[in-house]
Amino acid sequence: MRSVGVGALMAGDPLLSVRDLHVRFATERGDVNAVNGVSFDLHEGQTLAIVGESGSGKSVTAKTLMNLLPRSARVSGEVTYGGHDVRALAAAGTKHFFGVQMTMVFQDPMTSLNPVKRVGEQIAETLRYHLGRSRSEARSEAVELLDTVGVPEPARRVRQYPHELSGGLRQRVVIAMALACRPRLLIADEPTTAVDVTVQKHLLDLLDDLRRRRGMSMILITHDLGVARGRADDVAVMYAGRVVETADADTLFADMRHPYTEALLRSIPRIEDPVHHRLDPIQGRPPESIDPPEACAFAPRCAYAQSDCLNGVPELDGLLGLHRFACLHPTGTERGAAAMSANQAAGVTAAGMPVGGDR
Amino acid sequence: MAGSGRAQLRGRDDVLLEVKDLVVHFGAGRRRVVHAVSGVSFDVAEGETLGIVGESGCGKSTVARAIIRLVDITAGEVLFEGRDLAGLEGEELRRVRPRLQMIFQDPISSLNPRRRVRDVIAEGLAVWGDDIGSWSHDRIDELMEAVGVEARHGDRRPHEFSGGQCQRIGIARALALDPKVLICDEPVSALDVSIQAQILNLLQDMKRRYGLTVLFISHDLAVVKNVSDRIVVMYLGKVCEIGSTAEIYSRPAHPYTRALLASIPEPAAAVAADEGDIGDELPSATAPPSGCRFHTRCPRATEVCREVEPVTEPIGDGDHYIACHHPVAVDITARSR
Amino acid sequence: MRRLGFCFWLAVGWLAMMALVATFAPLLPIADPTEVAFGGPREAPSADAWFGTDALGRDVFSRTVHGARISLAVGGFAIVFGMVVGGGLGILAGYFRGRLDQGVGFVFFVLLSFPALVLAILITATLERSLLVVSLTIGILAVAPVGLLSRASTLVFAEREFVAAARVLGATHGRIIVRELLPNVVIPMGALTLLGMAVAVVAEGSLAFLGLSVAGDNAISWGKMIVDGSGLRDLQNAAHVTMFPVAVMFATVLSLNFAGDRIRQHFDVKELAF
Repeated sequence: MRSVGVGALMAGDPLLSVRDLHVRFATERGDVNAVNGVSFDLHEGQTLAIVGESGSGKSVTAKTLMNLLPRSARVSGEVTYGGHDVRALAAAGTKHFFGVQMTMVFQDPMTSLNPVKRVGEQIAETLRYHLGRSRSEARSEAVELLDTVGVPEPARRVRQYPHELSGGLRQRVVIAMALACRPRLLIADEPTTAVDVTVQKHLLDLLDDLRRRRGMSMILITHDLGVARGRADDVAVMYAGRVVETADADTLFADMRHPYTEALLRSIPRIEDPVHHRLDPIQGRPPESIDPPEACAFAPRCAYAQSDCLNGVPELDGLLGLHRFACLHPTGTERGAAAMSANQAAGVTAAGMPVGGDR
Repeated sequence: MAGSGRAQLRGRDDVLLEVKDLVVHFGAGRRRVVHAVSGVSFDVAEGETLGIVGESGCGKSTVARAIIRLVDITAGEVLFEGRDLAGLEGEELRRVRPRLQMIFQDPISSLNPRRRVRDVIAEGLAVWGDDIGSWSHDRIDELMEAVGVEARHGDRRPHEFSGGQCQRIGIARALALDPKVLICDEPVSALDVSIQAQILNLLQDMKRRYGLTVLFISHDLAVVKNVSDRIVVMYLGKVCEIGSTAEIYSRPAHPYTRALLASIPEPAAAVAADEGDIGDELPSATAPPSGCRFHTRCPRATEVCREVEPVTEPIGDGDHYIACHHPVAVDITARSR
Repeated sequence: MRRLGFCFWLAVGWLAMMALVATFAPLLPIADPTEVAFGGPREAPSADAWFGTDALGRDVFSRTVHGARISLAVGGFAIVFGMVVGGGLGILAGYFRGRLDQGVGFVFFVLLSFPALVLAILITATLERSLLVVSLTIGILAVAPVGLLSRASTLVFAEREFVAAARVLGATHGRIIVRELLPNVVIPMGALTLLGMAVAVVAEGSLAFLGLSVAGDNAISWGKMIVDGSGLRDLQNAAHVTMFPVAVMFATVLSLNFAGDRIRQHFDVKELAF
């Protein structure tokens, strides 16, 4: 098979569809359930932001899509890309799919760049391997690509080594490499975490612009709610290996339902808050990923927690169609308000967390 | 010198720490010199929190480490309680050390993996045990309680704690010696979003409880705004702008400060979104640009910026100083008044 | 707690047994290892002489047991010397850097560039070949490799923020070295002791082959026994004279290597909680 193409998608069919994805790692201390049944759809030309903290499973999800997990990982679930079963493609060792149709940009550009090779050669290599370009074609295309991603003086830069470039330029080179084969889907895993804020803005602008011009779809993995808010069409919030809330970005930030989303947004210092504004932190600690109890993973830190939260994992569901959330007592609803007032009256949640006072 | 000048020094009686024309150079091999900090001046009044903000490579961490003498000072003065820390050596330096303590960026790296956390927290007391007199385990328990780590976990080693708890332990260690000044070098940037607020609140509580003066270094403008009374904005080893937090955030006058405020994902109201377009390339600190160091990226730069280094001058009526030839006049009323 | 495994305990058991028999060799109810004509020359192993006898009719079993004394003593003493001197210099060089580092580095490189065997021959040939001199000779050879390792390890840990934190608290250099660096540098190196001892035991054997091990007929070592039985005729007709000490030495070196490696893995420090 020369390459796997995407046929014309039926109207309304997603480009990428993930169903009930589970990923487990065996460690010395027991099995780590990194991803626990994640499902989402991504439509052509859209950006999905997956937001979560470390250990939420957001990066493992991305790596699963790109077939980058270590062999020890046990994966189940379905990943379909343009009608193809991605995991079957991976198992068959299909060439010219990963890195061509679907490609990824990592947090640290140095992990994707070879330090002893000129950046131009590295881009050209991708073009020659996947697209069968000749040496000279690949070389001139590399210059064009660097120009596209906004690297100044691209003809000079192709002859430089990664260490001669600033962090922002390196990340641009990595983006150029990712775009070389005109992918339909770009997965960006914390692409701006390692760079400064002024550079971050430029890179996000660049990704946005490229996506629009090329009609690409993008999955943006980030821990930064601000980034997700400004750059994504849809947002999925992950906690302890599960998607706990998903909606289009406007709805999610204006009208969130999951207490974790609400608590996370509240805990972050914001530029418009007054000086010395007392922050409202999320109490407690991130959840254990080994042998988690059969309960809502956020319950021990949740001000709304009731006894039913401790008896089973809530399903990702919602009455509002595309806005779905996994919570029995969602914030902004009557059930949520009732749970909150009951907990405030008792001074403690069903999971034993004190409410009302500041720690 | 660009971004130098001492106009921002207030000369008040309650100034606890005063940094004057601080210069720090590092050798970078082949006779090259990194100009990490080039003539920085500021002061911190007792009980105040001073935020130092800037991007990587601006020298903010080096300033902190120079004050606490973890790096050598090339020139300048660091006056603390009337003494110049820059000139102290050996035993004299060691004797002032407990007065200024530090919290580090990486909570895991800042704890010795082989020691029990109780011993980590007690280290300062153990070092000074002879001078302080008897110290008891009650003191350690009290500190652990204060920072929110259960005393019964004192015999565990750092790897058994999460990043947030490790940072709490680091705070307890710094507070054990009852310091006057606490220097926080990016104390929350290695932590998860949901943990950052806990640590920031804890630092505020500790500041109040132990009467601390705080120097808070961060690249995160929202975090710095939250904790600071006064702010220094640094770029490439120089001061750009300095003033009260309210002034800096509501009337940013330096083009670089404005670029920073415009670049964050949810930009500040005081600036326009396109003010963040200043290019990616930070000039080399081994050969910093002439004149104003920001001129290579500054949208307002002119000939004079290339040639003459601006000196800090007061702007407006408030506590606000700026080193720029072409400051942005946001507040017309403040000017005409 | 990670399990060390059956093989580890087997290796430790063997080493413990070796240490015990070496310590109590004179008290054991076995033949006098120096008694000539205890049996006939080059007798095959039997119920009387378990490992047979050598060319002078001495009991090979008894000689192997007594040989453990010098072999293990030389090995142990040499590596302890290497650890203390090399490890100490390495930590000092790595912590203080600068001039001291340059000086120590120079000494290490000189030691490494000097052919080890030539150095050993020079020392043992000019001085009286006592147990101490032979051990020290091998110990000096261990200084540079151990020192470079401890220097490299110290450089890594000296950069860590907990060392900066200790300085900020006002800890003296001595206290930082002892409390903060030693536990992190020495414990991983401790596992090396066993590996190093294995090398030292083999080194003693090599010196013996050159006739440069501990002098005197009463000083028995495995290396000297192997040399004694290594004539061509002996190897053809009475291989047991060399094969038994070789086998015991092999098992001991293997056990040292194996146990050392397992301990190193076991103490690999865990720093991340998640």
